[in-house]
Amino acid sequence: MSGNREKKKRRLRGEALTVLPLYVFTLLFVLGPIVYMIVLSFLTRAETWGVLPEFTLQNYKNIAEPVYLETFWESIKLALTSTVLVILIGYPFGYFMAKLTAKWKKRTMMLLMIPFWTSSLIRLYGWIIIFRAGGILDKLLMALHVTEKSVKILYTYPAVVVGMVYALLPFMIFAVYSSAEKLDFSLVEAARDLGASPMKAFLTVSLKLTLPGLLSGVVLTFVPSMGLFFIADILGGNKVVLVGNLIQEQLMKTHNWPFAAALSVALLALTSLFMFLYRKLSGVKDLEGLV
Amino acid sequence: MSKTVLELQEITKSFSGTPVLNGISLKAEQGEFITLLGSSGCGKTTTLRIIAGLETPDSGRVLLSGKDMTDTEPNKRDVNTVFQNYALFPHMNVEQNIGYSLKIRKRPKTEIRGEVQKMLSLVQLTGYEKRMPSELSGGQRQRVAIARSLINRPQLLLLDEPLGALDLQLRRQMQQELKRLQKKLGITFIYITHDQEEALNMSDRIAVMMDGRFQQLGTPSEVYDSPKTAYVARFVGSANIVYGAVECVEGELVRFTSTDGSGVFHCRGNRFEPGRPVTLAVRGEQAVLTKEFEKGSRGLFGTVKEKSFAGGMLRIAVSLHNDLEFICSRHGIDSELVPGDRVRISWEPQNACPVDLDGEERI
Repeated sequence: MSGNREKKKRRLRGEALTVLPLYVFTLLFVLGPIVYMIVLSFLTRAETWGVLPEFTLQNYKNIAEPVYLETFWESIKLALTSTVLVILIGYPFGYFMAKLTAKWKKRTMMLLMIPFWTSSLIRLYGWIIIFRAGGILDKLLMALHVTEKSVKILYTYPAVVVGMVYALLPFMIFAVYSSAEKLDFSLVEAARDLGASPMKAFLTVSLKLTLPGLLSGVVLTFVPSMGLFFIADILGGNKVVLVGNLIQEQLMKTHNWPFAAALSVALLALTSLFMFLYRKLSGVKDLEGLV
Repeated sequence: MSKTVLELQEITKSFSGTPVLNGISLKAEQGEFITLLGSSGCGKTTTLRIIAGLETPDSGRVLLSGKDMTDTEPNKRDVNTVFQNYALFPHMNVEQNIGYSLKIRKRPKTEIRGEVQKMLSLVQLTGYEKRMPSELSGGQRQRVAIARSLINRPQLLLLDEPLGALDLQLRRQMQQELKRLQKKLGITFIYITHDQEEALNMSDRIAVMMDGRFQQLGTPSEVYDSPKTAYVARFVGSANIVYGAVECVEGELVRFTSTDGSGVFHCRGNRFEPGRPVTLAVRGEQAVLTKEFEKGSRGLFGTVKEKSFAGGMLRIAVSLHNDLEFICSRHGIDSELVPGDRVRISWEPQNACPVDLDGEERI
């Protein structure tokens, strides 16, 4: 008996040892930086470089300035717009992709994966070639006689939205696909058999059962889109300034680390709040594809 | 005064070039229990799906209560289906599942609740309204599926192997219960199964299907006692098929010979001419095996191959020429016959039924 318990204890210790590196890694590289960032946000900026170890709330007070609040509001608006567009394109895509034959599923999956093999930065420069004055888009529209002169879309808000949607769409597609693939089509047939029109059957059965996928897709889209700064940088010029851009600017150009940290904490709090509200409202506990 | 609830006229259907149904015609009266019996791939599920409107036939018409509904959407047909895997909505509880079709029709909540209660008591599941499908046993899910499809009081209920996933005891019990429900409600049932016992037990009429055709459509006793084809005889009665040639006709009795011997059968109103090939169905429990026999006596002769005990019956396999086997079954646990014994197989003339070879290849 006691020998058995001894063995069990030893095994538990063995298991603890195997996961220890993970804990250490998480502490060091996830929790550590967050704590560092929070601490930093309460410190004072040094005159020229670095920080002084003096406690202050000034960084947070600065965020309340209209110009910065405006930036936050812009970021939320852009994130919402992108997310809505990503849902509208990505949901049907993922849903119908799950209904393809095995062969076409594989091919479609391949086509979605290939762009990931190149740097996302390079793919964004591709959009510049399309959007710039006299670029592919202009040529196409002129050839179709939609417009006479350049549409001048590069360095505008719509260009940033397109870039966002482009970058985030695959995540939505994969999330929806993974839950649509599990959908038993006989349930839809049962709904039709019981008197539901195709639309009604979709709303009461298919949509309800693929909702977890859609919701995790929304999280995977909305949260990153709050912080993505390089898309706005590359496709928006300096016309579209988001929280992400602001943080980068404070950190890299102005060297106001405490303020950059405070902005980051505010962004983190904001996305956490959205996540919280969202979980409350949707009632979904475990999001598909997310841990 | 019965009225025709369903009429199928010469239905054909093929999937990517492969024919699945080759001209199915059927008339079902109100309150009738019709079983489509056949092995998997015979087209019985496709037939059901065409009746439900989940599939469109390539040609032929589907008439429901006399009206042509061939191209009508499933939600506009007065037909409901109990699916093979039950297809209960996993995100709805028992009450929501059963009440689904009324909710779709925007009936008032109190009315829905009342109807659901009635259905729950009909299938003896009162008190389970808040359970989720995942919290139910197989038999209970089955009952929910039945209640859900009956709540609209359809004229016609289609059941696709509804008891397939249940264990034997539960199957027997549910068979009784389904029959009881069907009688009580007076609804026409079209029932699919591959279990001949179930078909014989429950049906008013049985359609034995093979390769997208009805081999025989008749009452259980017609199908069991007078199979039309070798396939029906094998599938429904587990009969032995004997191939031979007519030797002579003596009144209503016909003598025949085969490579294994000779025998007699009753003509059953058919005309036979000497020299013509004949195929007979003989059920194992109606054949007699004798070890001591006189030289030159009538009967098929073979060697006992093996003995086994199954389903309360002793099964004796006798091997004949051309790798054919004749299976005899006996009540009791053993007989004096041992493998290797030469035996004579004989039967009463009325117990051998002449059948068509249609759909069954001569080995």
